[in-house]
Amino acid sequence: MKTSVEAVTGRYLHVGIGGAEHRVYVEEAGAGVPLLCLHTAGADSRQFRGVLNDEAVTSRFRVIAFDLPWHGKSSPPAGWYETRYQLSAAAYQDTVLAVAGVLDLDRPVVMGCSIGGRLVLYLAARHPDRVGGVIGLQTGGHVEPYYDTQWLNRPDVHGGLVCAGIVSGLIGPSAPGADRWETLWHYMQGGPGVFQGDLYFYKVDGDARGLLAEIDTARCPVFLLTGEFDYSCTPDDTLAIQRAVPGAHAQVMPGLGHFPMSEDYQRFRSHLLPVLDQVLAGRDERGVPA
Amino acid sequence: MSELPVGERLLALLRTDDALAARGQFVTATVLVESGAEQWLITITRGRVTAIAAGPFVMPAWTFALRSDEDAWQRFWSAPPVPGYHDLFALLRRKRLRIEGDLHPLMSNLLYFKDLLALPVEAR
Repeated sequence: MKTSVEAVTGRYLHVGIGGAEHRVYVEEAGAGVPLLCLHTAGADSRQFRGVLNDEAVTSRFRVIAFDLPWHGKSSPPAGWYETRYQLSAAAYQDTVLAVAGVLDLDRPVVMGCSIGGRLVLYLAARHPDRVGGVIGLQTGGHVEPYYDTQWLNRPDVHGGLVCAGIVSGLIGPSAPGADRWETLWHYMQGGPGVFQGDLYFYKVDGDARGLLAEIDTARCPVFLLTGEFDYSCTPDDTLAIQRAVPGAHAQVMPGLGHFPMSEDYQRFRSHLLPVLDQVLAGRDERGVPA
Repeated sequence: MSELPVGERLLALLRTDDALAARGQFVTATVLVESGAEQWLITITRGRVTAIAAGPFVMPAWTFALRSDEDAWQRFWSAPPVPGYHDLFALLRRKRLRIEGDLHPLMSNLLYFKDLLALPVEAR
């Protein structure tokens, strides 16, 4: 078997978010325009292993992916066992801006998927001067609950297995087996109640439909990419955002599901690379430093 | 397009292989599958489908029920898969499937049941 060492490096940041100190795990690779990546609910930054290892991206972008607090190798805050984890829209924005601040990123391009794809709408609407553009993967304004999320966190049901079972059908049916099951493995490794707590943002607190009129794509360009097999954030949900946000670019990705960067990176990159070209061209035109 | 009737499609569940049966080793349940006016009772013993009975039933007893219609089941089992119909939860999201009864065996063995109910896809 061929051996190799990836160019990806990992570090821990200590950062105050919402009055609590957090130890946050961050991976990065490459140099150039900062590209800050936000993982889906109940998962972690390993979802971006394809982007982090793609020279066509890392030759032009400093790709950064971090684990949200409570996820992956980021710790929950001290005293976590006395609280219930619920991700609010405010805390999520604070977290992303805090991480970008500690890393001293100058108007990063933020690429988020699912809850991250929702969050970039908040960044575009509320913090257009702090980001240099957003790429929403599987972005919708809102999702009506269609199953009871209490099943995700109860002692008599295996949390890892049920979380993976919930999301398994969101992966495109033709995704390579290794990447399908790696994506599900991330879900199987989530802490108790973490996926459920993220869905509080996705289905309750993070309704972004009212924000859309505030988004000015001349100040913050918006690119949306959505896999056709996603029934959580459907292509129709994304196209509704495009209609509501003048100047937003949107594309439906055939064959892909809810985790494009993790389930089938080769298929995804054929959609991502042209968007990254547009992002760079737009930054030059607007005079944002590369 | 020649589509096997739902009842014939369900016969594929009897071909539970050893690997799938092992993943469902803690599952012993009776599942009612409904397609419009038709019903079947699927008996599962330690992960293996041991009987499929076709209705109508006078007093059916079951652990949980999956209620949908012919059109949705056919799309669910179609190859190549149809976006929005390719998973039990996709049907739920579209309000084309109702799940009733004791959901604990289903939710605690969700990957198993998804793979079991997908067996008819390969039967075509």
